[in-house]
Amino acid sequence: MSMPFYVPPEQVMKDRADFARKGIARGRSVIVLAYDHGIAFVAENPSRALHKVSEIYDRIAFAAVGRYNEFESLRVAGIRYADLRGYSYDRTDVTARALANTYAQTLGAVFTQESKPFEIEIVVAEVGATSAGDQIFRLTYDGSVADEQGFVVMGGASEQAEERLSAAWREGLSLGEALRVAVDVLAASSDNGEPRALEATQLEVAVLDRDRPRRAFRRIVGPLLDRLLSTEDPTADAPRSDETHPGHPDILSGNGESPTS
Amino acid sequence: MTSPSHGRARRLDDAYLYAGSSSFTEFVSGYRPELLPSGRPLPTGTHVEAPHGTTIVTLLYDGGVVMAGDRRATMGNLIANRDMEKVFAADDYSVVGIAGTAGIAIELVRLYQVELEHYEKIEGAIMSLEGKANRLASMIRGNLGLAMQGLTVVPTYAGYDLDEAAGRIYSYDVTGGCYVEPGHHSTGSGSVFARGALKKLWHPGMSEEQAVSVAVEALYDAADDDSATGGPDLGRQIWPTVAVVDRGGARFVANDLLQAHVERVVAARRGNPGGAR
Repeated sequence: MSMPFYVPPEQVMKDRADFARKGIARGRSVIVLAYDHGIAFVAENPSRALHKVSEIYDRIAFAAVGRYNEFESLRVAGIRYADLRGYSYDRTDVTARALANTYAQTLGAVFTQESKPFEIEIVVAEVGATSAGDQIFRLTYDGSVADEQGFVVMGGASEQAEERLSAAWREGLSLGEALRVAVDVLAASSDNGEPRALEATQLEVAVLDRDRPRRAFRRIVGPLLDRLLSTEDPTADAPRSDETHPGHPDILSGNGESPTS
Repeated sequence: MTSPSHGRARRLDDAYLYAGSSSFTEFVSGYRPELLPSGRPLPTGTHVEAPHGTTIVTLLYDGGVVMAGDRRATMGNLIANRDMEKVFAADDYSVVGIAGTAGIAIELVRLYQVELEHYEKIEGAIMSLEGKANRLASMIRGNLGLAMQGLTVVPTYAGYDLDEAAGRIYSYDVTGGCYVEPGHHSTGSGSVFARGALKKLWHPGMSEEQAVSVAVEALYDAADDDSATGGPDLGRQIWPTVAVVDRGGARFVANDLLQAHVERVVAARRGNPGGAR
């Protein structure tokens, strides 16, 4: 009977981590950053249908980079977890901290026990009543959790991007300013250093708006996104009222009809 | 969260990670069935005394739909609750009103609200109005065992169909039958009298204000002849719950407006108990 070669556990973990990191670095980046009325999510994602950012619960949203099928199953699991908890306790008992812990346990268990680690990185963010109450948790492929202050960059060339973002971000940015900062960082983060031109159609943008009564998550698309990204246009924040259009519950486009009352 | 069956670290259970469906009820019935009214073993007794909610009226108007409910819950010949809410927003574009055993009905409504929101979040789209009505029907069907022991729940569902740009009313029976109602509908113990009032007062093409006024009149007529339906309580300032759904979404009519409607109806009936003609 042949004995398998001995591989030290350090080497196993390192190989797995390298594997996961390579997978994540291939993908495009996602930026999560706080602004004066909430938390904004900006992803470079040309798809309208396969989202990298989505709603988990009233005040909680999810953003991910890496393999779509892996983070999609965690996204659905998070929604199930949050809805079950909110249903059997109360809506206020669903917190980003508990969800981040559960995700961390899952990612950690998959990293050590399964044949292949998840090639993903996740942010779970919860918007508070004031900016001091905002929480942004960053979870990596091995299950480690970081409680981030103000902003996070995931995926692609995130180290240089993080430096750029920490230089440009400050507390109390308006939504328009925050989105422009994020887009500048995403556009610059390609390897050759020459900034690319990122169109609004290549971006997936969403916010957790603390001033909304219950469900704080809204996607921002279309003319509204153009206006927010434009330096000439005075639009600096998302409108308070929702729009009426069939099919999609949480979209602010700037050209949908506002309710009459 | 771990499954109740084993106590592994707090890693997400496989049930959470299965591709599965986007229905919350299906997820819960597989994972924690005891949280569902239909997932609990039936008690062996034959009769349980529990508070009952009573009358709901629903009517279409030009541009949407109005649903109103009285506030009384009764248990036998006692008033169990004077200010119970029986009309709920199911999601942004629909409302559900309940008549029957209050405890189970409210549980079903909570479950239904989560069900719709769960689907919205997982699919990234609102379910069609017909789809939402059918989901409610299957939940009523799941309650048939309890209904046969007297714990009946009969809801009315009303919403605004964004694709068709029109209000819709769906009525249900205890077996989960789901029917589209043409103009107006009422359920609960006072429904016979409310329906009579609606027949005489409702006509196509009403304005929102007229529709709210007719709903208040119909509830007055129900309370006039049915002891289980709460009438206008001017002393305690308890007004019926009235919800309006139009293309702007579902909203509840403010108390001061309701007070004006109720006071006008009460004043008009002084010396004229039959009311509007």
